[in-house]
Amino acid sequence: MLAIDRLTKRFGDKTAVDAASFVTDKPTMIGIIGRSGAGKSTLLRMINRLAEPTEGRITYNGEDVTHLSGARRRDWQSRCAMIFQQFNLVPRMDVVSNVLHGTLNRRSTLATMFNLYPQADIHTAIDILDRLGIAEQAPKRAEALSGGQQQRVAIARALMQDPDIILADEPIASLDPMNAQIVMEALRRIHDEDGRTVICNLHTLDTSRRYCDRVIGMRDGRIVFDGTPAQLTTGVARDIYGAGADFSEAATSTEIETLNQAGAAIRVPA
Amino acid sequence: MTDATAQIQANYMALVNRRRLYGGLTLAVFALLMISGFNIADDRNAGGFWDGLHNIGDYPADVLSEAWAKRADLPGLLVKYIPALIETINIAAVSTLVGAVAGLFLSLLSTRGLARWPRAIPVFRRFMDLMRAIPEIVIALMLIFVMGGGPVPAMIAIAIHTAGALGKMFSEVAENADLKPVDGLKSTGATWSQQMLLGVIPQIAPNYLSYALLRFEINIRASAILGFVGAGGIGYELRNAMAWGPGRFDEAAAIFILLFATIVAFDQVSSRYRDRLTKGARA
Repeated sequence: MLAIDRLTKRFGDKTAVDAASFVTDKPTMIGIIGRSGAGKSTLLRMINRLAEPTEGRITYNGEDVTHLSGARRRDWQSRCAMIFQQFNLVPRMDVVSNVLHGTLNRRSTLATMFNLYPQADIHTAIDILDRLGIAEQAPKRAEALSGGQQQRVAIARALMQDPDIILADEPIASLDPMNAQIVMEALRRIHDEDGRTVICNLHTLDTSRRYCDRVIGMRDGRIVFDGTPAQLTTGVARDIYGAGADFSEAATSTEIETLNQAGAAIRVPA
Repeated sequence: MTDATAQIQANYMALVNRRRLYGGLTLAVFALLMISGFNIADDRNAGGFWDGLHNIGDYPADVLSEAWAKRADLPGLLVKYIPALIETINIAAVSTLVGAVAGLFLSLLSTRGLARWPRAIPVFRRFMDLMRAIPEIVIALMLIFVMGGGPVPAMIAIAIHTAGALGKMFSEVAENADLKPVDGLKSTGATWSQQMLLGVIPQIAPNYLSYALLRFEINIRASAILGFVGAGGIGYELRNAMAWGPGRFDEAAAIFILLFATIVAFDQVSSRYRDRLTKGARA
């Protein structure tokens, strides 16, 4: 499956990702945690080949994808779909068209220009939207949707690619707790039902603990933790975030339940 | 799949089919207009498009072959025409400067929210439309008729056009300016010019400079063209060399090289600076 070997990215004299290595042997749901600027986004962007690695290797099922170019690179990109923090949809186009963008790798520019998608693809797109619970939004413009709905459209576009891997870069960072839960549950369901690998950058501990089978912690570009959520103790978490003893998991939480618990703990009897 | 989804799919397919139909019709009308327009133009042409098409390379071939035959003279000719080139660039520079300053005032006077006399906005806007609508060459011909040939009429003509064009672009930039600093300055009792100078111009200066540089490039071309109607500079020399016909084609080639090199050089320099102004210096 996916193997990352000493992957490094430097911007000038700054090292964003420093010799990151990990291997997956079966479809897994992986959460990558760490402070902002820890190199999580750069790592995902390198796997998708949106960013060029400075050093190291990415292999998938034995195939080296680190230096693919042209059509073969685009083919790889269509096999590892990307989901972004700011959704990155085309705002003025309708929802179904945005989902159909997932098939662009298989279509010529001319067919795209005249909007000639096969009927079967259009039906599949609407089925995917239905699976994510937003089929009624199909004819609306993407910009007219709420953040949570837009992120689900982005997930639908990723599913339309029928990818082996889904890379999600902070998919819930600009969503409210309710929508964050819906989006994370959708990603988990895609992993459970379709058996796709999902690699998800998260900045909250409890989200990764709750939804992921495996957690990778990054600090200053290095992978400093790689294990199961159970192995992720508060001490390890403090290490990843470089925090002091006052650090608690609830402090980074966006979950509704945790907020309630935290609120209950703070409440002082009158 | 539920019935509701099937319904959504059917509705969306109908929508797509309607869009495709409209798209196809638009394309058909466009193609029809292009073809019929071409045929009308071709009929009215003296020579006919297809009959003349194979002659298209003749003139450049003549110029190139003669320039190549006399290539030993080329460096001398390049040096000979450099003063004319400098005159052309000077016309462009002065007219850009004058036009940009005029455009700045016009833009501030015609932007909603900033204008000194809000009711006069349409007046200033129409005035700018007028400045843009009359081609430079027409203004230049009129001025040359009145003042005689030379660089000054060309400079005025280009400056008028520049003021109109930049005023329009500047006012679009100024419309997006943040009005809070202006309110702050107004609250201190500042005059309109002080509000503009301190509250608006710092915000919009990078975009203004970038547009002005773009305009400078365009004006170099314009000032070369105006040379053809007697405004001096390298355009005047080029017209003479070309009108003379065979025998002075080497001079024409030298002028082409100079013009091309100048435009490329200024293009490179100004796009570098424009990039820095709009995106900030690279760290």
